[in-house]
Amino acid sequence: MKYDIVVIGGGPAGLAAAIEAKKNGVDNILVIERDRELGGILQQCIHNGFGLHVFKEELTGPEYAEKFITELKNMGIEYKLDTMVLEIGENKVISAINTVDGFMSIKAGAVILAMGCRERTRGAINIPGTRPAGVFTAGTAQRFVNMEGYMVGKRVVILGSGDIGLIMARRMTLEGAKVLAVAELMPFSGGLTRNIVQCLEDYDIPLFLSHTLVEIKGKDRVEGVVIAKVDENRKPIKGTEKHYDCDTLLLSVGLIPENELSKNAGIKLDSITSGPIVNESMETSIEGVFACGNVVHVHDLVDFVTAESKRAGKNAARYIKKEIKSEGKTAKTKPGDGIRYIVPHMVRPENVEDTLDLFMRVDNVYKDMEMVVKVDGKEIKRMKKKHLAPGEMESVKIKKEDLVFGEDAIITVHLEKEGA
Amino acid sequence: MKKHQLVCIVCPMGCHIEVEKNKDEYIVTGNKCPRGKAYGVKELTNPTRVVTTTVKIKGGLLNRLPVKTKEAIPKDKIFECMKFIDSIEVEAPVSVGDIIAKDILGTGVDLVASRSM
Repeated sequence: MKYDIVVIGGGPAGLAAAIEAKKNGVDNILVIERDRELGGILQQCIHNGFGLHVFKEELTGPEYAEKFITELKNMGIEYKLDTMVLEIGENKVISAINTVDGFMSIKAGAVILAMGCRERTRGAINIPGTRPAGVFTAGTAQRFVNMEGYMVGKRVVILGSGDIGLIMARRMTLEGAKVLAVAELMPFSGGLTRNIVQCLEDYDIPLFLSHTLVEIKGKDRVEGVVIAKVDENRKPIKGTEKHYDCDTLLLSVGLIPENELSKNAGIKLDSITSGPIVNESMETSIEGVFACGNVVHVHDLVDFVTAESKRAGKNAARYIKKEIKSEGKTAKTKPGDGIRYIVPHMVRPENVEDTLDLFMRVDNVYKDMEMVVKVDGKEIKRMKKKHLAPGEMESVKIKKEDLVFGEDAIITVHLEKEGA
Repeated sequence: MKKHQLVCIVCPMGCHIEVEKNKDEYIVTGNKCPRGKAYGVKELTNPTRVVTTTVKIKGGLLNRLPVKTKEAIPKDKIFECMKFIDSIEVEAPVSVGDIIAKDILGTGVDLVASRSM
């Protein structure tokens, strides 16, 4: 089998990338999805609030997905469901398997990685104790409740205040469960503020910041959990333990880009984002292999995933048409004070159309700051920010004419106290 | 004249807004767009939410069909609404936007399918 572009993953990133590649003149595209339908995790995110940027209306996850699935099908883009990619080999030859075609070797002109991310599990955060039933990641519980039709528990404690945990606190409450508490290790929530309001405050669910889980009780099924306050080193403080009788523990303790395929293919990863190092075209360290969406860095809004994936799709098409220039200068982006990471990691102004978007996250909660962008030491932009939090992705638009620099230049973004 | 500190939930910006009642008028500050103003006033006078949940479906790819109230309904009717939705069972095929139940609980708001199945 031979395709111009093979997209790995049929979630929001893969769908948007494939559609945009086709719109940019590449016809021979294949999307490979391991689930039994397209749409990815959006299909289980039945709450609303998706699409405010892209469609200017509030959609649920399945509605948002369906718009793209319909468009993809109408464009006649090929896709394979229930199909697992095993390996991205040399010269962009992809090995994949399913029950209809068996083992396949697919030669791709360009590859777009859109595998999304996975949840950190109990093992990832090393919770000690017995291993009873009733411990779920929030996303797994979400799939059970919203798609398969199984209720996962009646009395629930949630560890972590990521968006999925918050959304599930509301969801479980609506379905008749009692959510006793949400415990968050950090002194601030990792979720969007609007979700704290509409998922916890609306239902009087207590959020304990600077708290963690110290014990899971129960042998066959969870019978209770103990949470405790933590000190500034995030160690539990003795004497602050609170016991909750519950049958279910949901974990919402972070997401990790799903990069097993990328690693095995030898693609360079960023140790902070856990995603591939990409340039302005969303191309990875392997020429012709692009990446977009949560596989690159975990986004908080699908709208941003869509925008980034369109860029990857368009550039993959340009790559196929040999329109991407590899000569010219390259600058690296470097996070300064207060910034944890910046995507993309490298910028070749030759390939930037009108503006370049930099996406980043801050490393703490800040108030009344200024975000400063410097290109090769020269300040080109300064923006006031009233409120910054790690859970809310920030972005900066840079004009192409500001991307003028010498050899080995660095683009930095840092935070300064307002008026300092 | 009590000041209410709210976080606007209309969009993911999450503006920190302040609503102050001045005689019969509500004054909203801190909002970055007009929707924040409307939200601030509504939240103090008649808070509403869109309810998203699922209903049973027969003959579909999955056991549950996601549904939503087409418009926001009063916040204090959410649980009553959930109880009502609990009794609904539909049969595939269903298209996104199909009305699953009309005018739920006399709110004038319909319950619609939020995906095709």
